[in-house]
Amino acid sequence: MSKKVLARLQARFGDKILAAESFCGDEEALVAPTDWLEVAQFLRDDPECAMNHFVDITAADYPEREPALPRFDILVMARSLAKKTRIRVKTRVRDGETLESLTPVWLGANWTEREVYDLYGVTFRNHPDLRRILMYEEFVGHPLRKDYPIEKTQPLIPYRDVGPSKLQPFGVEEGNPFGRIDWLARMAGRNLQVSPAIAVQQGQRPALSVDVEDLAAPHKQLPSRDET
Amino acid sequence: MEPIQEYEDETSLELPTEPMRLNMGPAHPAMHGTVRMILDLDGETVQNVDVQPGYLHRGFEKSCERGTWAQVYPYVDRLNYVSPMLNNVGFSLAVEKLLGVEVPERCQIYRVILGELARITDHLTCNGAMAMELGAFTPFLWCIKVRDWIWDILEQETGARMTHSFGRIGGMALPPTDKLKESVRNILPQIDKVLGETEATLVRNRIFIDRLQNVGVLPKDVAISMGVTGPMLRASGIDYDVRKAHPYSGYDTYDFEIPIGHDGDTYDRFMVRMEEVRQSCRILEQAVERMPDEGPINIDDPRIILPPKEAVYSTIEATIAHFKIVMEGIKPPVGAVYSYTEGGNGELGYYIVSDGSGTPYRVRCRPPCFINLKAVEDMIRSNMIADIVPIFGSVNMIGGECDR
Repeated sequence: MSKKVLARLQARFGDKILAAESFCGDEEALVAPTDWLEVAQFLRDDPECAMNHFVDITAADYPEREPALPRFDILVMARSLAKKTRIRVKTRVRDGETLESLTPVWLGANWTEREVYDLYGVTFRNHPDLRRILMYEEFVGHPLRKDYPIEKTQPLIPYRDVGPSKLQPFGVEEGNPFGRIDWLARMAGRNLQVSPAIAVQQGQRPALSVDVEDLAAPHKQLPSRDET
Repeated sequence: MEPIQEYEDETSLELPTEPMRLNMGPAHPAMHGTVRMILDLDGETVQNVDVQPGYLHRGFEKSCERGTWAQVYPYVDRLNYVSPMLNNVGFSLAVEKLLGVEVPERCQIYRVILGELARITDHLTCNGAMAMELGAFTPFLWCIKVRDWIWDILEQETGARMTHSFGRIGGMALPPTDKLKESVRNILPQIDKVLGETEATLVRNRIFIDRLQNVGVLPKDVAISMGVTGPMLRASGIDYDVRKAHPYSGYDTYDFEIPIGHDGDTYDRFMVRMEEVRQSCRILEQAVERMPDEGPINIDDPRIILPPKEAVYSTIEATIAHFKIVMEGIKPPVGAVYSYTEGGNGELGYYIVSDGSGTPYRVRCRPPCFINLKAVEDMIRSNMIADIVPIFGSVNMIGGECDR
């Protein structure tokens, strides 16, 4: 049902729609960042599309695509109140590139773009009020990026020093790992899986069960997880 | 002595004034715990407001990327924590959309029953809290009493009163108990009675009407452009309900109506929520009527659903299937999907990206009350401080969903 919207976009913009995909019932169009505002305005103003009801603006981070493709996927989703159709438009932005803000098109873009700026660091041109919304102002960095480690904290009031026994970090064999994938290592080119099952599958570490004959032998050295 | 005939005309006095900046901080009884408003006040009138959410930001979307798809359920529960079943069902539907599977009919009816119970608790809490903040302490307690009985039913079904983590991809965690139908049938007249009592106390109350009517009006075009959904949008006169517009889980087979307001003020939002509780009760009656007593709850796919425990302990295939699902996670195909359901506050959407491994690559929750909260800024401006309380209460800002 929303395929008509895709067809209309392709009819109007032709080559500027770099890809048009219909997957699991969702229609998605890919455009270049320079056409972002124009496509959004067309979606809202065209009487056939009439995408007046704003849904969401969000982003996703694919750092492994660089440098061939930009790392951030910025998506805008809108729907038409009258026709009940939906569309999702995607564009790709590099770290440091800016994108035109959609606040002149839909009022709801205001806070959702602020959230994308806050959590991903994508700057929007001509946004009336671009500042952090969910994180506090003193926060450094953009937390939803894949290279921001999940276990990192930035306390405004520093933690008390209670000695090494009570705090992290755990060793490789100790405790539950914080995440299944070590993104910092992966982005440096070493696909180190923290999840033991997948690591065993990929031959990164020996299986955790030990043969009876090996009990007498000294412990094998597991690969160390060094900080890069 | 002559009486003083001349009164000083106050409007002719030119006193320099400047707006006062007042911080209605995050720790405030009426701010529902987690929103900070910085107000520029001219006397009692709000000239400008800066609404600052984010005090309950817990990093869900990042935490979802560290486990498997089934480990997302506790996070998703804690989004809109007054109606957690709706979040659970929404996320299940999102991953099922990506997998391209549909759950059996008995599961759909079960999801509808638990979801509507959750929606009733959400609306009752919102209305009760709003009434309490205006001074009507008793209707709040009546609503909470009924909410507690509903939580008893949910505890009987899922094991927990609030954050159940009961949904599963491809079904539910456990089949319904035998007492479900009887409990739901017993609670429906109780809900009706409490609604009647609350309405008798509040709806035609002079003070209530004076404080709520024409306060915090949200015009239609602003609401649409801002992406407002849910009872806030319906109170402004637009009939958009995801259950009717894009039906899921068999909602198109139930007979219910969508209440719509006409002014878009706080009174309309209150009444829309009251009426929605009644419509949810209607859906519950029909769902309990048609729910079969036997039949599968989970889909029959060993790649998605954990096999039964007896088989896991006795056969090797079930052990392997269990191990793979638990350790590696369910593996939806590579791609991204956006799936939407009607949450307590509006269109609760999940944009999920899968990279083919068992770990979610991106789980984005489209939070209805975050997007609704932006509208509060416009509604509060040029109203008085005392109006902030009912306006904010009628938005039903749940901190967990707004900040995630």
